[in-house]
Amino acid sequence: MKKLIVLLLIAASGLSFRTAGGGYKVGDVATDFKMKNVDGKTISLANYKNAKGYIVIFTCNHCPYAQAYESRIMALDKMYAAKGYPVIAISPNDPVAIPEDSYANMQKRAAERNYTFPYLLDETQDITRAYGATATPHVYVLQKTASGNVVRYIGAIDDDTEGKNPNKNNYVQKAVNALLNGTKPEITTTKAIGCSIKWKKEA
Amino acid sequence: MKRVSLFLLFSLITCYSYSQVKPLDMQHLQKRLSRSDTVYIVNFWATWCAPCIAELPSFEKLQKTYKNQPLKVLMVSMDFQSKLKTDVIPFIRKHKYTTEAYLAIRKNDQEWIDQIDKNWSGAIPGTLIVNNKKGIRKFYEREFTYDELNKLYQTTK
Repeated sequence: MKKLIVLLLIAASGLSFRTAGGGYKVGDVATDFKMKNVDGKTISLANYKNAKGYIVIFTCNHCPYAQAYESRIMALDKMYAAKGYPVIAISPNDPVAIPEDSYANMQKRAAERNYTFPYLLDETQDITRAYGATATPHVYVLQKTASGNVVRYIGAIDDDTEGKNPNKNNYVQKAVNALLNGTKPEITTTKAIGCSIKWKKEA
Repeated sequence: MKRVSLFLLFSLITCYSYSQVKPLDMQHLQKRLSRSDTVYIVNFWATWCAPCIAELPSFEKLQKTYKNQPLKVLMVSMDFQSKLKTDVIPFIRKHKYTTEAYLAIRKNDQEWIDQIDKNWSGAIPGTLIVNNKKGIRKFYEREFTYDELNKLYQTTK
């Protein structure tokens, strides 16, 4: 029995090492989490009993690219929460590095802008690391399945950060629409310029 | 008349004491990096990116230190294209940077990112170093201190 536990532990640590490297890829099962929301409550994906999936967005207060996308993030929640794909916003940055991204400032921004979605602080940065987010904003569209929350799309909200192109490619909308229609997204990974995540300095 | 020419001369001097920021698309960037007798260090930054701004002086220093060597440092801004006149040019002017400065002209970010390096996530700052003679073309998604940058140059040239 003891041997088995040791073996399991080794296997588990191996898994966590693997995810620590590059983060999730499309098709991986994403881990749930417990993080503090701006309203003081602790939020997990499992709290959303009726969700069909989630639009998990690593974003923050200070980054101009995140700011440029803020209204589009708010629109995504209004568009898809009722359909079963709520936005879950996570601030990944170390508030020591960026005071503007502190919990108090997150609360302030969420209240000022009337966020209709949770805005969580990843205090340990463990979830950010596990998901493999590198910049803000960085989106993970998850689909709830019998085997867990499967990553279906990773990347940018659209291909027009500056908001100038009327014919922009709305990647996240297309991905969620595809999932709602029972198909898989055509485009599953994209990239965009963003603010690098501000990691805690190692002690 | 004398006063006018003095004024013109003065404006010329102030104009050229810092780098002119030029718009640059991918095709022209690749062409700019094509000489085989030169080492190129291309830094991707933005006026809104704090760690980028913090490391720009190191790139300026490197270019000035090795101005007599075949090294070309390029500062390529990833700011919004609409911010050239309002943000990027005033920033370069304010800091009196003399290193070659550009603003990236791109249809979308993804195309640009992938053509610089497939492994670049899009986070900035990022730095590309090219030595065509040695067949070196490496991209670094990280920040550099002057010493680290100097070491990178010394090991690549």
